[in-house]
Amino acid sequence: MAQTYHTTVGSRSYRFASLAELMAKATPPRSGDRLAGVMAESAEERVVAQMVLAELPLTTFLNEALIPYEEDEITRLIMDDHDADAFAPIRHLTVGDFRNWLLSDHATSDVLTEVKAGITPEMAAAVSKLMRNQDLILVAKKCRVTTAFRNTIGLPGRLSTRLQPNHPTDDVTGIAASILDGLLYGSGDAVIGINPATDNVAQSVKLMRLMDEVIQKYQIPTQSCVLTHVTNTLEAIEQGAPVDLVFQSIGGTEATNRSFGFDLSTLAEAEAAAQSLNRGTVGRNVMYFETGQGSSLSADAHHGLDQQTCESRAYAVARKFNPLLVNTVVGFIGPEYLFDGKEITRAGLEDHFCGKLLGVPMGCDVCYTNHAEADQNDMDNLLTLLGVAGCNFIMGIPGSDDIMLNYQTTSFHDALYARRVLGLKAAPEFERWLEEMQIFQDVSTHRLNDQLPAAFANSLRHLPKEPRHGT
Amino acid sequence: MAHDPSSPIVVENPWERLNAFTDARIGLGRAGVSLPTSKLLAFQLAHAQAQDAVHCPLDVEALSTELTQALDLSEATLRLHSHAQDRAMYLQRPDYGRRLNDESREHLQQAAASQQRYDLAVVVVDGLSALAVQQNSAPFLGSLYQMLSSDTADWQLAPLTIVEQGRVAIGDEIGGLLNADAVLVMIGERPGLSSPDSLGLYMTWAPEPGLKDDRRNCISNVRPAGLQIEEAARRFFLLLKEARQLKLSGVKLKDRSEDDVLEGDSASGSTRNFLVAD
Repeated sequence: MAQTYHTTVGSRSYRFASLAELMAKATPPRSGDRLAGVMAESAEERVVAQMVLAELPLTTFLNEALIPYEEDEITRLIMDDHDADAFAPIRHLTVGDFRNWLLSDHATSDVLTEVKAGITPEMAAAVSKLMRNQDLILVAKKCRVTTAFRNTIGLPGRLSTRLQPNHPTDDVTGIAASILDGLLYGSGDAVIGINPATDNVAQSVKLMRLMDEVIQKYQIPTQSCVLTHVTNTLEAIEQGAPVDLVFQSIGGTEATNRSFGFDLSTLAEAEAAAQSLNRGTVGRNVMYFETGQGSSLSADAHHGLDQQTCESRAYAVARKFNPLLVNTVVGFIGPEYLFDGKEITRAGLEDHFCGKLLGVPMGCDVCYTNHAEADQNDMDNLLTLLGVAGCNFIMGIPGSDDIMLNYQTTSFHDALYARRVLGLKAAPEFERWLEEMQIFQDVSTHRLNDQLPAAFANSLRHLPKEPRHGT
Repeated sequence: MAHDPSSPIVVENPWERLNAFTDARIGLGRAGVSLPTSKLLAFQLAHAQAQDAVHCPLDVEALSTELTQALDLSEATLRLHSHAQDRAMYLQRPDYGRRLNDESREHLQQAAASQQRYDLAVVVVDGLSALAVQQNSAPFLGSLYQMLSSDTADWQLAPLTIVEQGRVAIGDEIGGLLNADAVLVMIGERPGLSSPDSLGLYMTWAPEPGLKDDRRNCISNVRPAGLQIEEAARRFFLLLKEARQLKLSGVKLKDRSEDDVLEGDSASGSTRNFLVAD
């Protein structure tokens, strides 16, 4: 049952009124927790909270819900789906011992796969708060989460990209231009995914058809997604639209998801509907989720929890529905939640680690807004760190500039940089396609073709003479 | 494969001419797999301008003078400040930006002591881009005031207010204190890389503190290279007249305006494009 936590350091005594408060105060500093009023009041209090947290048995999180079981369907999901057999090998550990165990040679890739169903989001969040960035990278790299639809994503030594051809008025020629640019830079194996400017069913269906036609014509081993509300995609499926992946933004509390206009039953319905279309060729993972620290606080639905714990709980939602891709859009939310490059970097590594530990196919939108204290150098750093950590996928956008959503994320060039310096490759099916289409001279050394590949040269002859988009 | 020493250092992209069809940064070319220097610096310039737009303070004095002259105002503008003392605080505490500081609240209460009711209060707020407000306020309000004065109905306007370090919701407190039936907040939007000067327009009927987004209507991307100033003024004027007639704002009004946009912009379901032309 709920208890309070006390400790004394030198002459000062510290008291934490609840497990939620202890977790929040043990969290590395970030502006969203300050905004919520849950942050540690001093640097010392933070480390003291971490020390107290390190002594807690992992079983604490099975006995004490951070949000009451009766009030929140995600708490119920976490508790009801917990696998006691998978948990058995780590059941005796404290949070501090859990960190040691994760870093130890006992925790091999195979062992981590076996225990993941025994780890709750709160355990993952708690141990991450004790870990340095290098710990988060090292353990995440040991976790293997592989998914498939028309290609296989998350294999060791691979880094995939979402091609994000957004356009402020959804102009089809403008979108096609960005798709071509991306494909010719080797982008798009995770998904070709559009955020629609006009968010309704008719527009979504149109964009689904556009991408489906391109994928079919060039026989690209990838999948498409329109990032519209799950209920819009369900309606599109009923209309017979070519839906590969179903998108939804998700959060770690029931109230967050209700503010987004869905609950767990909606996602179950969507997964079943998309699977019934049987459009995958090498796998049946049909969901694409996006998350990000701060969304629960932003919806006033955080129940006094710190934002990183809320985020970790979102991965319990994700793993229930067997997603192909889960993307933490880490720097999009703005400086009131993650203030600067340092906070964005830490959050990106935490999210990737927690997701992977829980068995979620994590990717990251390595990004920032113009009112955050961050720049391209911060993104280079986080991209490199995530590449080292074995991140499944990142975004790819022309020149880092999303002209629809008004933020900066990783470019097609950035992905090739990461693949080159870290020796990473695209998904194997897509890699073969890049070579067959002569987009690369030599895909193993990441040498692009200096000439325009024949199939695309032909397409460019069909360009309209006059631009159709406005000024 | 051996490297050809005669090949160019920067490889241009033959599809660069697709730039005519989108503002996206396509066809940039490459040095190896990296951005060519000229494209790198063009990006850095755009980011610098967007950052400057966030941090550049509003020149209240200049704006006030400009608006007083351009709109031929008979009374001085009221200068207000949110509870956020400075930009650093503003960026981290959105709740502070949504309410007035004590001094401004008292100032406004004195100004509104006559108990006179107004049809519309116009609130100019720096938001995340003082540049947007500085550049676009006078032309926009010039258009709007002309429409209001030539309308068949009479429009009583509250004193014009200018707010520093404010967010959208601060307009509801100001409109309420001024006894206005409707409030228009003109605010600098989060600057994009290619749009550091974008103005947002928010309207609330029956403003009072504590209202949520579902009670407001928004017209976004108002700037010379985006939604034209004249057109934005026209759309806002129609929205305002409808709000006055129905005595409401927010979701119910918004649905109607979105239908209009749908008919105009995306009724055609065609996916025809050069990639799948044959």
